[in-house]
Amino acid sequence: MASDAPIPAAQPERAGAASLLAAPLALPMRLIDWPMQGLQRLIGERRMAYVFLLPNLGFFSLFVFLPLVINFIFSVTGGAGLFPSERPYVGAQQYAYLFDCGSFLDASSCREDHFWRGVANTARFTIFQVTAMVLFSLLTAVVLNMKIRARGFFRAVYFFPVLLSPVVVALTWKWILQRDGLLNAAITSLGGERILFLVDPSWAMFWVVFVSIWAHMGFYTLILLAGLQAIPADLYEAAEMDATPRWRVFWRITLPLLWPNMIVVIVLALIRGVQTFDEVFVLTGGGPGTATLMVVHYIYETAFANQVQNFGLAAAASVVLGVVLFALTLLQLAASRRKGAA
Amino acid sequence: MHSKHWISALALTAGLAMGGFVASDSAQAQTTVRIAWYSDGNEGEVLTDLLKRFEAQNKDIKVVLDQVPYKAITENLPVQLASGQGPDIARVVDLGGVARYALDLRPHLKDAAYWEKNFGPFLPWMRPEGDAKAITGFMTQLTVSGPFVNKTLFEQAGIALPGPKTSWEEWGKTVKEVAAKVQAPFPLAMDRSGHRFFSVAISEGAKVFDAKGEPAVIDDGFKRGAKLVYDWHNAGVMKKELWGSVSGTAYRGANDEFKNAQVVMYQSGSWQIAQFDKTVGDAFDWIAVPAPCGAGACSGMPGGAGLVAIKTTKSPEAVAKVMEYLASEPVLSEFYARSLFVPGHLGIAAKGLDYQGASPHAKAALKVFSDQVAQLSPVAYQLQGYTSNRVIFNAVISRLGQAISGEGSLDEAYKRIESDIAQQIAERKK
Repeated sequence: MASDAPIPAAQPERAGAASLLAAPLALPMRLIDWPMQGLQRLIGERRMAYVFLLPNLGFFSLFVFLPLVINFIFSVTGGAGLFPSERPYVGAQQYAYLFDCGSFLDASSCREDHFWRGVANTARFTIFQVTAMVLFSLLTAVVLNMKIRARGFFRAVYFFPVLLSPVVVALTWKWILQRDGLLNAAITSLGGERILFLVDPSWAMFWVVFVSIWAHMGFYTLILLAGLQAIPADLYEAAEMDATPRWRVFWRITLPLLWPNMIVVIVLALIRGVQTFDEVFVLTGGGPGTATLMVVHYIYETAFANQVQNFGLAAAASVVLGVVLFALTLLQLAASRRKGAA
Repeated sequence: MHSKHWISALALTAGLAMGGFVASDSAQAQTTVRIAWYSDGNEGEVLTDLLKRFEAQNKDIKVVLDQVPYKAITENLPVQLASGQGPDIARVVDLGGVARYALDLRPHLKDAAYWEKNFGPFLPWMRPEGDAKAITGFMTQLTVSGPFVNKTLFEQAGIALPGPKTSWEEWGKTVKEVAAKVQAPFPLAMDRSGHRFFSVAISEGAKVFDAKGEPAVIDDGFKRGAKLVYDWHNAGVMKKELWGSVSGTAYRGANDEFKNAQVVMYQSGSWQIAQFDKTVGDAFDWIAVPAPCGAGACSGMPGGAGLVAIKTTKSPEAVAKVMEYLASEPVLSEFYARSLFVPGHLGIAAKGLDYQGASPHAKAALKVFSDQVAQLSPVAYQLQGYTSNRVIFNAVISRLGQAISGEGSLDEAYKRIESDIAQQIAERKK
């Protein structure tokens, strides 16, 4: 039916402008057409898909695979040179330096203690942030899925921080949390003592986790909301007819059917948690001391902030981080397949 | 219809191509020189004015001034230079680190003796290691680390301002009393910077190098300086917001706190004068005071920013022409005077500068810092001239900062400082 519908006539001005813009492209497209037809005859229609994938694969190789290989080459070289040809081969020396520890549970016993402090902080941050983020996202999605007043407005409000740049988020919260910030102004006006939120190590980690959740929760809420809306309404209607308690409906219907989305949210949040850098760098600068120093921040400091830019050590740390991220990505792929199978 | 559009498209393309050809033809007559520049105050504006005059006199050279953040100079520029993609000239603070990419201007200079005579003591700071003769640039500003004091807070507290040659310990006690009386949150603030810390450490007797000139940073003088700063944090003389609040090599200053009259004494340096003159104005009386003393000396740290020619330039002659113009006495005098900088040109320093337009506060502060130049310890000059000095500064900032924030003891920090310096220098030598 739809194909039989008359095609609306194009506006003459629009058609004119479009053909003017398309004109420079028409000629090269016609020129490509002939060799492509020849190629298709030669390799067959099915193999043409690979031909079309080639440009993308080329870009991917250039901007993803090649940097990966270069990074690995850097990790087995030393010195302060920028080009691999200027850097002496040192084998696994950078890795040995990173892993030279009395005890992996005590960063101060490690030769490169900042790396291990970064690992410990990143692990702590990821555990707290992901757990809290998933719980709050779930709670928010469930509430936003209900028939509440101004639902559209609240959905927009929760999603809004996702649109902000991480630097803007961190600076805004820094102004709120600093010595003379908004929060301390409120506390002192109520007669309380000023708290140095970004100088006390425990508070600093708390706020780093809090700000990260505030900034990214909207994205995960959206995924869970989509999952909630995909649950067939007749299941809830049947439960209502059976007078099933609401908590039981949540445990027996909502959560199991939402589980594939939950897995995706957990894995994505885990990957992002491990990669955390920008917000924490602006908010606390990795401090106080090294209380919020993350692995990516360590890599940045080692590669760029020192006078001797130690690209070899930074590259070795990136390879270690890459292995962790690869494992998490495999987890996500497995979860996605299970979701697809379900 | 279609053929008309084809003709229009072709005409448009041909027009653009012709325009580009004409533009490139006229540009070919000019040599472009790019300068990477950062500013602390108004010096970027002053330089822009001076370069306009240069371009008017030299129609064959176009100077492009890329004004970038300080961080881009310390972190991005070295990578650019290593890849051979840097500017023709750069204003740098890590003079020793960038020296190996610097261009020896001598073959292109009309009067190399002028440079030797007027920039002599500072030229070694900008020379590649092992080169005793190259002329690669000049100091756009000579800086001296030293303290500023909010005199109004002393008056409000009814406490007399300590005189010259007062020890750091005495200053620490006095500013704490003042802060307590006037409810100022920061008795003493010190930039989280190696230069600022070593002003204290060298005054306390730190020697920094052994007899062979190799780094031997941890000695009794250094420990006295480090303990003083550490104890000040524990006693509330210094607050942890600067040294204890961030990690690694991050710089933190207290400019805003000083401008808001929250700091009694601010250990910073001469480059702040223009900024304070503009922003503090008459809000309170601020003065610079001579470097406090310790067991070893009463010394600040010299430093500053140099304008250095880069050896990958394709136009060394044009670069030398720009450098000669900017380093000439009348131009440089105007630059220092309008930017309120301590001159890094011996001739200008000897004649004295008339800082027209500066307030009495700024003029007095400039005099204090200019007088300090002659009082600086030889160790301070040696440290400033050491090509890997930022390795030392960064190790100290990072590890002392950790100790101050409560991560480990001072003794642990000393061990880490030594191993960090040894590791980085070994990496550079590979």
